[in-house]
Amino acid sequence: MEKVLTKNIQPDLPYVDVKAYEATGGYQGLRKALGMTPAEVVEVVKQSNLRGRGGAGFPTGMKWSFVPMGADAPRPKYLVANADEMEPGTFKDRLLMEGDPHQLVEGMAVAAYAIQADVAYIFLRGEYLFSAERLRRAIAEAYENHYLGKNILGSGYSLEMYIHLSAGRYMCGEETGLLNALEGKRANPRTKPPYPQVSGLFGKPTIVQNVETLCNVPHIVKNGADWFKSLSYTQDGGTKIYGASGKVKRPGLWELPMGTTIREILEVHAGGMQDGVRFRGLLPGGASTDFLVEEHLDVKMDFTEVAKVGSRMGTGTMIILDNQTCPVGMVRNLEHFFAQESCGWCTPCWSGLNWAEKALTALEEGQGQPADLEHLSFICNLCAPGNTFCALAPGAVEPLQSALKYFREDFDRHIAEKRCPWSSQ
Amino acid sequence: MLSPEELREIESEFPHYPNKQAVCIDAMKIVQKHRGWVSDENLKDIAELLGMSVDELDGVATFYNLIFRKPVGRHVIMVCDSVSCWVMGYERLRKELKNRLGIQMGETTADGRFTLLPIVCLGACDRAPAMTVDEDLHLNVDPQKLDGVLEKYK
Ligand SMILES: Cc1cc2nc3c(=O)[nH]c(=O)nc-3n(C[C@H](O)[C@H](O)[C@H](O)COP(=O)(O)O)c2cc1C
Ligand code: SF4
Ligand code: FES
Repeated sequence: MEKVLTKNIQPDLPYVDVKAYEATGGYQGLRKALGMTPAEVVEVVKQSNLRGRGGAGFPTGMKWSFVPMGADAPRPKYLVANADEMEPGTFKDRLLMEGDPHQLVEGMAVAAYAIQADVAYIFLRGEYLFSAERLRRAIAEAYENHYLGKNILGSGYSLEMYIHLSAGRYMCGEETGLLNALEGKRANPRTKPPYPQVSGLFGKPTIVQNVETLCNVPHIVKNGADWFKSLSYTQDGGTKIYGASGKVKRPGLWELPMGTTIREILEVHAGGMQDGVRFRGLLPGGASTDFLVEEHLDVKMDFTEVAKVGSRMGTGTMIILDNQTCPVGMVRNLEHFFAQESCGWCTPCWSGLNWAEKALTALEEGQGQPADLEHLSFICNLCAPGNTFCALAPGAVEPLQSALKYFREDFDRHIAEKRCPWSSQ
Repeated sequence: MLSPEELREIESEFPHYPNKQAVCIDAMKIVQKHRGWVSDENLKDIAELLGMSVDELDGVATFYNLIFRKPVGRHVIMVCDSVSCWVMGYERLRKELKNRLGIQMGETTADGRFTLLPIVCLGACDRAPAMTVDEDLHLNVDPQKLDGVLEKYK
């Protein structure tokens, strides 16, 4: 299969400099875009069915079309790459930034041109120091070669690009929390509307886009929408960087056609389960997605198909649960994360998630009561979409509600046996 | 007082943003890089430089996980406690680290050599369990072979 996003990436991650990047067609997408009108660039991205790879799958071209354009549009406009990657179990954007940083720089330049942004920021996780080093080098080379800065390639279009290293908090990945963090504030989310496309960073029109989403953009412009759609097995266009972690034989990342089945990813690419353990379930795309089990292995991994069976593709990096790992313990670990990262703004979220973590801990320690399970379900309803200010809380209860559904007997055993059945193993 | 080096680094961030407050997180991280943590006095100096109130800046500082408002040891160990690392043996690793260093999570060894902290997913889930020591990432960490990992941090 044709590799698009990872074609320059070698296993030991040598630096791909500007010359090596150009040699495989790099910056052709930007050259082509600069010869098109911004509206034409938006249109080809719309036609391609590119959907956001940060987890929600919002159509990228449509998002861009909400940005005010023309001489009267507020200035400066901003483009932000969301490189916060803090969703537990997710490690794909790191590969793209370390393995081929120019691809992100080019993708940002094309996206910025499409909305006529003046300034672009890479909002990067504070721990991703190697990514920061690589991106700094690539940005410097891009300026030297007139792919960034004033009057890019003589087109009259200008763009400045900066890196912001975050100080760490899951909420920084939520797009309005991210904007507050970039402004030097606490990363609490903002009320919508106004949407960032109209009033975002420093009150100006802003687009926030995931790293993997942006990396697709130059290829779409260069090769066309039909080509991009033909890469995929399903309606959502393109390839996808899938991943697997947990007790599989070969944990890792693979670029595959969008819509590859879970079974193929798990059994062919990840090599199946390690010897001596059996598959029990998986979170398809990071910590904030619902568990799927054996009966779902033939589901195609794309935004539409995974949603049909009650979960989300999310970031596409799967976390595998095996039979020697306690599902209650795993969910406790997840709820600990969400409770800790809740910004504390809404009561269902901070109070509910803290309570959920406590109840799950009690279950693990053999002190759970039957009524606790009712209460856990109640918290799942309390944090349903629409009841809280941002998507952290609904995401937080996805693994919990689905664990209660698929692993109910394991919860019951903790109560009946007054201990974690896995604790002695 | 902020050192000339710190001031120079902070001021070099100013052109990247339309106002000074936006630099405050970078500024605290710069000071922390030089001093290990951000003291009350540092906080006051940064607030003054950026035209913010000290309370406002402290409110920002305490929101973020990677800004230390208390002194730390010469080396900071951060162990990933998120889900993939948990599945792959985080609890054994944590136990071994605590025993080896004789401290609890969040504490610093008596000789000031190590501070031990949990951290969320380090984006290295395919090579779990993962941890960092200062700026170095350690992957597939074997709890039985910690001596080899820790020995180079004096
Ligand atoms: C709590 C929370 C954390 C998030 N973290 C990230 C993240 O680390 N990276 C990311 O790209 N999107 C993250 N998102 C999604 C963003 O809000 C946003 O939808 C995304 O960056 C849009 O880009 P895309 O359309 O290209 O996916 C997060 C959302 C929530 C609610
Ligand atoms: S849902 Fe949680 S994280 Fe989101 S705003 Fe409410 S309290 Fe904050
Ligand atoms: S869960 Fe530990 S590195 Fe991702």
